[in-house]
Amino acid sequence: MKLVDSAYVSPKTGKRWIPVIGLEVHCQLKTRTKLFCGCEYTFGASPNSLTCPVCTGQPGALPVLNEEALALAVRTAQALGAEVASESRFDRKNYFYCDLPKGYQISQFDRPYCKGGGIALANGRFVRLARIHMEEDAGKAIHDRGDATLVDLNRAGVPLIESVTEADIQSAADAQEYLAALKEILQYTGASDCDMEKGSLRCDVNISVHPPGEPWRTKVEIKNLNSFRYVGAAIEHEIARQVAAYESEDPSRYPVQETRLYDPQRGETRSMRGKESAHDYRYMPDPDLPLVHVDAAFLERQRAHLPELPAARRERYEKQYGLTPTDAGVLTSERAVADFFEAVVRAGGRAKEASNWIQNELLRWVGDQELGLERFDELQLRPSELAEVVDLVERGTIQNQAGRKLLREMAKSGRPAKVLVQELGLEQVQDAGRIEEWCRAALVGKEKVIADVRAGKEAALNALLGPVLKLSGGKANVQLVRETLKRLIAETEPPLNP
Amino acid sequence: MRPYTELDASALREEVAAGHRSAVQTVEECFARIDALDAQLGVFLSTERALARSRAAQIDAQLARGEPAGPLCGVPVALKANMCLEGFEANCGSRMLAGWRAPYSATFAQRLLDAGAIPVGMTNMDEFAMGSSSENSAFHVSRNPWSREHTPGGSSSGSAVAVAAGLVPLAFGSDTGGSVRQPAALCGIHGFKPSWGRVSRYGLIAFGSSLDQVSPFARSTRDLELAMGVISGRDERDATCMDENALQPIVPDDERSLAGVSIGVPREYLPDSDTGEVAQCVRAALESLRALGAELREISLPHTAYAIPTYYVIATAEASSNLARYDGVRYGLRVEGSGSLQSMFAATRGAGFGAEVKRRILLGTYVLSEGYHDEWYGRALKVRTLVARDFEQAFEEVDLVAGPTSPTTAFRLGERAADPVAMYQADVLTVPASLAGLPAISTPCGFGAGTPRLPIGLQLVGPARSDARVLRVARAFEAATAHSKERPPLALEPAR
Ligand SMILES: [Zn+2]
Repeated sequence: MKLVDSAYVSPKTGKRWIPVIGLEVHCQLKTRTKLFCGCEYTFGASPNSLTCPVCTGQPGALPVLNEEALALAVRTAQALGAEVASESRFDRKNYFYCDLPKGYQISQFDRPYCKGGGIALANGRFVRLARIHMEEDAGKAIHDRGDATLVDLNRAGVPLIESVTEADIQSAADAQEYLAALKEILQYTGASDCDMEKGSLRCDVNISVHPPGEPWRTKVEIKNLNSFRYVGAAIEHEIARQVAAYESEDPSRYPVQETRLYDPQRGETRSMRGKESAHDYRYMPDPDLPLVHVDAAFLERQRAHLPELPAARRERYEKQYGLTPTDAGVLTSERAVADFFEAVVRAGGRAKEASNWIQNELLRWVGDQELGLERFDELQLRPSELAEVVDLVERGTIQNQAGRKLLREMAKSGRPAKVLVQELGLEQVQDAGRIEEWCRAALVGKEKVIADVRAGKEAALNALLGPVLKLSGGKANVQLVRETLKRLIAETEPPLNP
Repeated sequence: MRPYTELDASALREEVAAGHRSAVQTVEECFARIDALDAQLGVFLSTERALARSRAAQIDAQLARGEPAGPLCGVPVALKANMCLEGFEANCGSRMLAGWRAPYSATFAQRLLDAGAIPVGMTNMDEFAMGSSSENSAFHVSRNPWSREHTPGGSSSGSAVAVAAGLVPLAFGSDTGGSVRQPAALCGIHGFKPSWGRVSRYGLIAFGSSLDQVSPFARSTRDLELAMGVISGRDERDATCMDENALQPIVPDDERSLAGVSIGVPREYLPDSDTGEVAQCVRAALESLRALGAELREISLPHTAYAIPTYYVIATAEASSNLARYDGVRYGLRVEGSGSLQSMFAATRGAGFGAEVKRRILLGTYVLSEGYHDEWYGRALKVRTLVARDFEQAFEEVDLVAGPTSPTTAFRLGERAADPVAMYQADVLTVPASLAGLPAISTPCGFGAGTPRLPIGLQLVGPARSDARVLRVARAFEAATAHSKERPPLALEPAR
């Protein structure tokens, strides 16, 4: 495959620059309890209510690894085609901050649990993963409440995996595609919600630029980007900033190795003035935690839990259900949606129709309720109910439009389709007399349309369908309406003068 | 009913279980003894009399209802002040944690409670277990019951004196590089450091995590076995705790004989050239072992000389990290500083820690720093494995290793306080077994030649996990000799 050239062209000089980008993604694992204690974690609980001696760093308390976190971490590695180390180690990353209860973070330094793997992009590029490691999250310092800094340790000890790519990314678009694919896999494996608003996915970017054929230049880190959009915008801004700095040919403006923060309001990055970059974390093995051993049997058990991944599922939808690549892509972009789709099909709904209903109706609801796709399964509708509606429409009992109304009512009331069809009178009307009545009413004053139809513009008929269906409450059989309209136009118009 | 001070924990428990004395009466006797001696010996940092009395009453009520008596039923115990027991002040001998009451109980402490023991208070210690004399306590020194001008050793100073002076029959210390064995030797009692991982460390406030181990003091080896039976065994809250059940008490059917037991005597611990009082006393003890049927063999542990520097690199590295949590944010002392977070950290730690703790945090920070990490910390980890290998090779030939616990008898308070390196030498014979994680006991084996009479300890070290073997040989030695029966001369003060 021919690789797409992702060089950046300077707007000032027209010169080409090659961006070199790597991503570090922190992702919160969806475990019941924290990484090293039995505290449960839920977003938005009252401050410091989800804590214990271990996660608040009380003197004498000790960490014990949560096996569930290890299992999810391993599954993620397997889904990314990475190699899981048979032996890995937890280390202490030492630094002082008020939200860090022990004065060190338990992380993995030189012996992470996972190496290698990666994600293929649509343009043929493969983004390699250098490593993934497990670590605990810190708490949260709140600075904006008067003079005091408040500390909430609910997050402290929440399990994270940090995945680090090689610098294989060349553009904002690549980065966003990589992140979308990573998110998809994390959600598919059940490892994470990836809910960026709740902080369960956070991204740091390493970025430098250099002219084609020259060695790599100084890299700059941009920290804590909490949406894919910001990642894209920050990369674009930073590439432009670095290029402009080099092209100024004023060495005092050249990028230096530093950490920068993205300011979404102003759409630019600004320096943290070496505050973070000068740290010596004095890593040491954590003597409180034995080496983590992962044997073949454990790997096998986790592999058995791995669901079919998005790419494989897409392919199957095309082959098995005859869906278009676009439809298959939409359905599989979120595991909850794909699972719902398959459940509809299992319940007897025809695949093609089920796909249309989900895309045209349900995904729109989700948008209207601002749920976010990952919460698709919170819709008040069972797959079997959609299957029933699909079937009713299929058999001609109700019309498409009535079907939409029926779905909404089912979701609202939770009552069975058959009852609602009766109660709401949604059943299709085939009675020629009533249809003719509606059609005649709709034709009044539509001389222009009538003339067009007469002139052979079949499509003009469509302008009349809507009004007729509206008059019928969406119940009139569309095919009959069409035929009736044509007949009436032919009947009522005088023959053309030769 | 025999006097409280003459009974070891096992005998006391039998009397309470049999109804010969009540638990309430027992704790009152304990408090009377504390009142008579604590002011001159400096044993306790705090006592919790109301809690102890109510527990005692509860135990008496349980016995009256015919409920079974626990293995430590009615036995007063003392804990070092770096151990968490809910409601007790675990200040670690430091201003940093003065007034800090533990919000939870250590696993081993909970097991003591469940066994019917009655904790009466928290004992004095060198700050955060760093020291060998009690002089690093932020509050006061402890005094050797055999001579109040002398140190009782450390860092578990108060717990050692509590047992030696008969305030309690059983007390607990923590041994990181000798902090139980050395004071046991200097006070003339038994102190046992189990294999690392034998006793849960959950709730033991960390100094050097890869070395720390909860360790009992007692006036008899059977009490050590009794205590180990209660506190050892797996714990789901400590991932480094051995996946083995509690240590079973040893059946003493052959305690009079050590036939078939081979004991190695490292020439590094007891060189022929050493004719000092400790060496002579320990040689006599070895002869007693031989008389019991043991076979003595001279061996070599060639890396012994590197043990002290290795230990001080590893222990201080771990300490620098373990003590980072004392930052003034969540508990303990807070000194505000000039307004910034960093200045609050600095002011708090500057005021809360004593000189020795600061010295070790600085050392530990240095050896972990970029550019020095490999040269110091990394190298120390390698030497640690060499020290452990010395023992492994020795144990291919012998069942146990024996030698002195401390190179000297108790030194005078103040004598080494200004010279940290001289102080560190107090650990020279105990640190190797700590680095290797091995079980080791100090058991009384006589007295020095001078006046006042000062006790000497014999150290026995076993292979990994051979805790029961170490205790069994110590028990045979105890039964065959009279050293354990000696009691210090104490002048009781009238109760206030
Ligand atoms: Zn917790």
